[in-house]
Amino acid sequence: MSEPLLKVENLKQYFPVSRTFTVKAVNGVSFEIYPGETYGLVGESGSGKTTIGRSVIRLYNPTDGKIIFNGQDITGRMGSAARQMLRKEMQMIFQDPMASLNPRKKVADIIGEGLDIHGRASSRQDRADQISEMLKKVGLSPEHAARYPHQFSGGQRQRVGIARALIMNPRLVIADECISALDVSIQAQVVNLMKDIQEETGCAYLFIAHDLSMVKYISDRIGVLHLGYMVESGTKEEIFSNPVHPYTRSLLSAIPHPNPEVEKRRRSVSYDYASSGIDYARGTEHLVSGTHKVLATDDEFASWT
Amino acid sequence: MSNTAAPEKILDIRGLDISFRTNAGTVHAIRGVNLDLCRGETVAIVGESGSGKSVTMKAAMGLLDSNATVNAGEILYTYTDEAGTKQTVDLLKLPKKTLRQQFNGQRIAMVFQDPMTSLDPTMTIGKQIMEGMFLHKHMDKQAAKARALELLELVGIPDAEKRFRNYPHQLSGGMRQRVVIAVALSADPDVLICDEPTTALDVTIQAKILELIMKIQKEMKLSVIYITHDLGVVAKVADYVNVMYAGKIVEVGNVNEIFYEPLHPYTWGLLSAMPDLDTDDDRLYSIPGSPPNLLHEPKGDAFAARNQFALVIDEKAEPPLFQVTPTHFAATWLLHPDAPKIEMPPELKARLERAKKEADKYL
Ligand SMILES: Nc1ncnc2c1ncn2[C@@H]1O[C@H](COP(=O)(O)OP(=O)(O)OP(=O)(O)O)[C@@H](O)[C@H]1O
Ligand SMILES: Nc1ncnc2c1ncn2[C@@H]1O[C@H](COP(=O)(O)OP(=O)(O)OP(=O)(O)O)[C@@H](O)[C@H]1O
Ligand SMILES: [Mg+2]
Ligand SMILES: [Mg+2]
Repeated sequence: MSEPLLKVENLKQYFPVSRTFTVKAVNGVSFEIYPGETYGLVGESGSGKTTIGRSVIRLYNPTDGKIIFNGQDITGRMGSAARQMLRKEMQMIFQDPMASLNPRKKVADIIGEGLDIHGRASSRQDRADQISEMLKKVGLSPEHAARYPHQFSGGQRQRVGIARALIMNPRLVIADECISALDVSIQAQVVNLMKDIQEETGCAYLFIAHDLSMVKYISDRIGVLHLGYMVESGTKEEIFSNPVHPYTRSLLSAIPHPNPEVEKRRRSVSYDYASSGIDYARGTEHLVSGTHKVLATDDEFASWT
Repeated sequence: MSNTAAPEKILDIRGLDISFRTNAGTVHAIRGVNLDLCRGETVAIVGESGSGKSVTMKAAMGLLDSNATVNAGEILYTYTDEAGTKQTVDLLKLPKKTLRQQFNGQRIAMVFQDPMTSLDPTMTIGKQIMEGMFLHKHMDKQAAKARALELLELVGIPDAEKRFRNYPHQLSGGMRQRVVIAVALSADPDVLICDEPTTALDVTIQAKILELIMKIQKEMKLSVIYITHDLGVVAKVADYVNVMYAGKIVEVGNVNEIFYEPLHPYTWGLLSAMPDLDTDDDRLYSIPGSPPNLLHEPKGDAFAARNQFALVIDEKAEPPLFQVTPTHFAATWLLHPDAPKIEMPPELKARLERAKKEADKYL
């Protein structure tokens, strides 16, 4: 395999809430993303998915650990060259497009902002051309450039957010729950679009979601997060055909199937960390097979496999 | 399927027709909706964003926006009054005040999509659950508190006694959603309407909440209406499914008919767009085009422009609901006896065959 595009090693992200209380949102998470692949990050609400995304794009200062992106260490203080590189090569699509798009700016200026900051348009005409091209690529029309965000439907707005992220031709896009609020048909449109663009430009995605059927569809590899720990990771085949960690098993068993006779008889497997006797802090990474890893103590590993 | 001898109709929506006045003109949002709900049953309404699911249910709750006009129709609700006699009223004809004091929240309760908008951030959750009991049931404080604690435990909130004094922001998203359900159940309603109750939740919490509502439903003989775009949820909870498109019900049937024998091309599209856990297709199907703008009402079948199977007549006249089984109806000209025989797309057919095989394993 080639060199990873992103390498996250033992990332910890703590938030001191008061003098006596600190939220440990991410507790020593490691993973790698290779050029052109899609890495799915799943886990329950509050498990630390968004925090990881925001640490990786350096909206936070990591408490501990190492982040290497595009061959450069971006963990600590970055020089201006590293910062420039990061802002160009890594982009984030935020969960709520309405909250992340400036309502007073026209779509052309929202999408063109990156071009302006990095001086990537040679003339006004070139800027307009690049924006039109991008709008067409995400299935909107060049006439939409003059509209404001609120003048779009939910699905169209989401595509504006995607256009803004992709116009810089980034090598890594962090997509945080970018389809959760859309209905199935629009979800399908957006996901197909992301796949097309990946084929064309070779960008990699960190795809954060709680809908496992969509994650399975789009991802090459998957990481399962619980309480800030990466409890299991592997290719999507490894995770879906042989889930080892009890949390992963309960997550997979809870996916509702669009099949009434099955769904009415099936009961989901429940998992309660507090009463499970498992202590994530005592677990270490165990290799199941291939690239398939699980967090466990030796005893736990023996009893789960 | 509930197998009571003669199902008793509790909610009966007939010919509902609603429009909204806007600056740009009149939006004809609901165009003749019929819907039945029987006692103890669960009915789901599915359909694209903007198809009219929420407006239909808000009409039943007397919560329509002020720019709305009900052009026609009735919403008949049958209940047993305090004296023990059966009554049927048209909810659309009741004065707003009566509706609010005697029906809403009491006999008919609604769980809204975003729990934060329906909880009062300045009031403890315990107070919010007891409020309805004081108002509608005239319970004393002690009885109300006991019942509130019981409800909190019922919806799966651990340490109910401690949580009782919490404010909404001190709970996680999933816990808040469960509190909203506890509030809705606090008045022992006959009918519970859930509008996208679980979209914001992850699958494990979602499964718990759905199982919880089903359990309570059995215990209390509750009738439930679910509005959702998640077909997995529908498969799990529904007895009957209504598929809505552009302000109309275009297909209705029992849950097996809709999932295994769908008839309307729009329903085919919806089912095809779901990611399938069993295949590794390279692309997801998505219904081409976008729904009609109801400012300019379409002539003929509203779905025609997006329908690869559209017939010439679709451009001219709206199809009636054709009946196929005692419970299964669909509004598509494809069911007319003179229509050419057109089958669902082969990929969908193969997928439904797989689903049926899978189901057989559970029988
Ligand atoms: N700025 C912050 N200050 C304090 N705590 C925080 C902060 N940001 C996140 N947290 C906490 O960190 C934990 C992880 O939050 P995060 O937003 O990463 O979860 P998530 O997995 O994205 O969940 P969701 O699926 O609900 O979006 C939560 O307990 C959250 O309350
Ligand atoms: N107050 C209003 N004024 C004008 N149009 C309205 C108003 N309320 C709703 N509508 C329109 O009525 C139609 C139906 O809206 P409704 O909220 O019922 O959709 P929905 O099926 O619940 O969609 P979603 O899945 O997005 O919640 C939409 O086209 C909507 O824009
Ligand atoms: Mg998040
Ligand atoms: Mg709605």
